Amino acid sequence: MAKVEAGLRYSESHEWVRVEDGIAVIGVTDFAQKEMGDITYVDMPEEGDEVVKGEEFGALESVKASSDLYSPVSGKVVEVNTGLEDAPEAVNADAFAAWIIKVEMSDPSELDDLMDAEAYKAATE
Amino acid sequence: MTETNNNIQKTCLHSRHVSLGALMSPFAGFDMPIRYTSIIDEHNAVRGKVGMFDVSHMGEIFVEGDEAEEFVNHIFTNEIRGFAPGKVLYGMMCYPDGGTVDDLLVYRESEPGHFLLVVNAANIAKDHEWILSAAKLNPRTGKPFDCVIRNESPRWGQIAVQGPESEKSMVEVLGITEAALLSFYTFTDICHEGRRVIVSRTGYTGEDGFEIYASLEDTVEYWDRLMDAGVVPCGLGCRDTLRFEAGLPLYGDELSPEISPVMAGLGMFCKLDKEEFIGKDALVRQKAEGTARKLVGIEIDDRAVPRAGYPVELEDGTEVGVVTTGYHSITLDRSVCFALVDSAYSALGTPLSIRIRKKVFPGRVVKKRFYVPNYKK
Repeated sequence: MAKVEAGLRYSESHEWVRVEDGIAVIGVTDFAQKEMGDITYVDMPEEGDEVVKGEEFGALESVKASSDLYSPVSGKVVEVNTGLEDAPEAVNADAFAAWIIKVEMSDPSELDDLMDAEAYKAATE
Repeated sequence: MTETNNNIQKTCLHSRHVSLGALMSPFAGFDMPIRYTSIIDEHNAVRGKVGMFDVSHMGEIFVEGDEAEEFVNHIFTNEIRGFAPGKVLYGMMCYPDGGTVDDLLVYRESEPGHFLLVVNAANIAKDHEWILSAAKLNPRTGKPFDCVIRNESPRWGQIAVQGPESEKSMVEVLGITEAALLSFYTFTDICHEGRRVIVSRTGYTGEDGFEIYASLEDTVEYWDRLMDAGVVPCGLGCRDTLRFEAGLPLYGDELSPEISPVMAGLGMFCKLDKEEFIGKDALVRQKAEGTARKLVGIEIDDRAVPRAGYPVELEDGTEVGVVTTGYHSITLDRSVCFALVDSAYSALGTPLSIRIRKKVFPGRVVKKRFYVPNYKK
């Protein structure tokens, strides 16, 4: 069974958001990493890039396939997890620890459109 | 292969894959395991120790008769005359225009005029039909070839045992001591514990290994014994990463009705000095005049992964080709691909870039054999 962490918000495209000091920390869910298998590459935006809710901001590559990443919120990228460049397998090891980008949200109310843990769990069962 | 269900077929080992919790997916009309655990772990098991694949979906077509040798030579690009019983030969069947019908293995049995053709699962019906129609006319006699053609694919299971410890598994786990006597690309058709088994020292991984052809029931029993002995079950996911690293083509990606063996760089398996075979004239012409496109290897300087269909570009953005298969190579930790490119840009070292999503990654033409195989000579 895939883990779902309580207290986070979830998108239908399997990204999670953890809000820390008003900043949206974004990663992919345990469900997503299990579906993809061994992650070999994380294609990430650069610091300062703008991301838009529902639009592609990067991609995950597994051995077999690539899967686009969609931003669950809009705003400016303030930090990227450069550690994933050399250790993309961290996403498989712990999807909720391996955050991908941090975003300064332009409209925090967008969070309300996302699922809570209960709803996401139900959606992936 | 066995049952047909909603047009998706299952091999005799299907229930084993399901109970192992494999990720299953349709491939060539069969519900096949892609991975049991992790593609990387399964890949490394084959490179480092021993793994096994259910390849029961592959096709077995037998050709027998007084003119069987002449017939097989008529449809096959490689030369089977003078090739001894007990040997296996790789080559292609081509259309008259040089396009590829399929790539296959030909086994010459010890009984004169007996051949086994092992073909790709996706092409069994097409190949069988092609072979039957080609047999209708022997161009030398003006009559049908004197041989019998039997598609026995549904009756045979097949397991590929691959990796440096594969010989040990064959001998110590299965008790097939004859396996140790085989050199690369030879086989034996034996009675083992009262059952007919064909064992060849062949594979599709770039490692030493064996392929076991047996009845459906015996295939399941062999699988269970290998499982009990700790041989790692491997899915089609790592079958593709392994064959790719070893520079081996996959029909549908690197060979097709549009991609001839000469375009794919497999000219060494086409004996153009042979008297005749279907497609010879076209292949001779392609060899002499060159082809518009050629299959090359390309390496890029990034971890990004070139996937099938991604465009190959020159520095100025001109598109000159397309990726056919690509991975971040598990064994070599490099991002490499096969690509069909305009022949003008096919020389080793030619700078070529791959467009991956929105970015362009520079790279260069390299040898297609990314990983040097460890075959037992």
